[in-house]
Amino acid sequence: MDSRKVGKVVLVIANIIVGIVIILPLLYALSLSFMPRNEIVQYPPNIFPSVPTFDNYRQAVTAAPLFRFMFNSLLVSISVMLAQIVIGSMTAYGLVFFEFKGKQVLFFLIVATMMIPGEVTIISNYLTVSGWGLNDSYLVLILPFLTSAMGIFMIRQFYLGIPKELQQAAQIDGCGSFMIWWKIVLPISKPIMASLGIYAFISTWNQYLWPLLTINDPDKRTVQVGISMLQFAEGSNYGVVLAGAVIILLPSLIVFGIGQKALVKGMTAGAVKG
Amino acid sequence: MEQVAKYSSVEAVTIPKPRKLNVMSKIAPYLYLTPAMIFFATFVYAPFINTIRMSFCITNLRGEAVKFVGLRNYTETITSPSFLNSLMVTFQFVALIAVPSIIIGLILVLLANNKTKLSRLYELMFSAPMAIASAPAAIIWTMIFHPTNGILNYLVQREVGWLTNPNIAIYSVALVTVWLNIGINFIYLLTGIRNIPEELIESAEVDGAKYFQKLFSITLPMLSPQLFFVFFLNMIMAFQAFSQIRLLTAGGPENTTNVLVHSIYREAFFNGRFEMASVQSLILFVIMLIFTIVQFALEKKLVHYQ
Repeated sequence: MDSRKVGKVVLVIANIIVGIVIILPLLYALSLSFMPRNEIVQYPPNIFPSVPTFDNYRQAVTAAPLFRFMFNSLLVSISVMLAQIVIGSMTAYGLVFFEFKGKQVLFFLIVATMMIPGEVTIISNYLTVSGWGLNDSYLVLILPFLTSAMGIFMIRQFYLGIPKELQQAAQIDGCGSFMIWWKIVLPISKPIMASLGIYAFISTWNQYLWPLLTINDPDKRTVQVGISMLQFAEGSNYGVVLAGAVIILLPSLIVFGIGQKALVKGMTAGAVKG
Repeated sequence: MEQVAKYSSVEAVTIPKPRKLNVMSKIAPYLYLTPAMIFFATFVYAPFINTIRMSFCITNLRGEAVKFVGLRNYTETITSPSFLNSLMVTFQFVALIAVPSIIIGLILVLLANNKTKLSRLYELMFSAPMAIASAPAAIIWTMIFHPTNGILNYLVQREVGWLTNPNIAIYSVALVTVWLNIGINFIYLLTGIRNIPEELIESAEVDGAKYFQKLFSITLPMLSPQLFFVFFLNMIMAFQAFSQIRLLTAGGPENTTNVLVHSIYREAFFNGRFEMASVQSLILFVIMLIFTIVQFALEKKLVHYQ
């Protein structure tokens, strides 16, 4: 082998090692989740379980309604994902394909919301939805996340790249603006909708503070809040808690693994094209 | 109004069809924007204004403003040792996140820059923390940091109170946060580095440039917009950090990790003092606004654009 090839192999090995170091906490959790309790607390610690057992997983799903939590989170995440895609696309279409009075002002009002962090509005929003009597409902977990400046911006960047001639041609064919959006613009913007969808799904699935504040009913609890409850309930039963953590990590990791490419494209669309 | 009506009716007679289309196309853009604008009015602007209003009042336990007190909440806040502590902790935390994040991100992206057959595998590993929520992350790291059974204390062969020692806790929480941010930083920087035109690097290679020459004369300047963006993104994310802190230390020990957002949460939902929480969140807003303005100003001066 010439030195160039050797260099390449060394580089690949270095990358793999660094990659493993980064996901080491996950591997550690995975390994411990298959150990019985006495093996987790033994000294010196084992790296791999000597006799892997599924007991922790069995206990985790009985100690807390993990599947119920996952169903709740799934329902909410998918709803938010769809809403973000639909409203984001609609708004971006209006902003990109039309000239109208007040366009600059409205666009500014949308972008300016990025300057107001959620932490500033969360208390007021909590008081508002409590006043509406929405606490302990799925709706309360969905409503405040129906759209976002970032989602609109992401799709807008994509729409800006669609040739205007396409729209003009459709107009000559007698298509109304809604038909143009529905039949022409939406089908060609599947990639960016996928990106936004994945982004919205993962960030909703991973939400913690808002569901913590608004949901008391155990039946409506989402995974992130549910898993912390499991941590308090099971305390020193480390294996069980870690098994629960592994279970709730899987959906977001799977979605991420499948959609990573699309996600990257969408996230960087704004940052790169400016 | 009448005149306008007359005028359009005349027009309608002469060219009826395009006129109808015209009205539709005038209303259409507003229709497309309506849902988003209603949303932002309800869930961003109204609560923002309400937060400002609450900050000047005394509120009851339901968060209703019952009495106007002017700037009293503000003076009470900025003279409160607990708030000043939170402010210091927040700045400390932001520095502990932003600097290591950018260094780690740069190292990773330089490692992964060249495409190989296994690129996809390690790109996935480098970006995986992005998909990890704070709650399971906190569970895993609580185990890693565990004083007697944790792997970390076994490795250092001492009983360190990673989350309970007031001198150490903030570093531990920062470590977890930096780890959580690795993925997003890597992705932004990787896109940036892959967008550097091949010809630039090839022409440098023809000139016989060594690796570090290329790094400092081409790669880093060309990557500066993304490096800059990631640096500020991490600062902003650090200002907003909450869940992992809540779950790892709950602001302790001795308030050494009680960052501003955590303090806001406590004021509102433990002490029922919504007005004080409002004041603190507005101060957070102003600080972040200043950071963003500085970012834009600096960006124009420092960053190299193609």
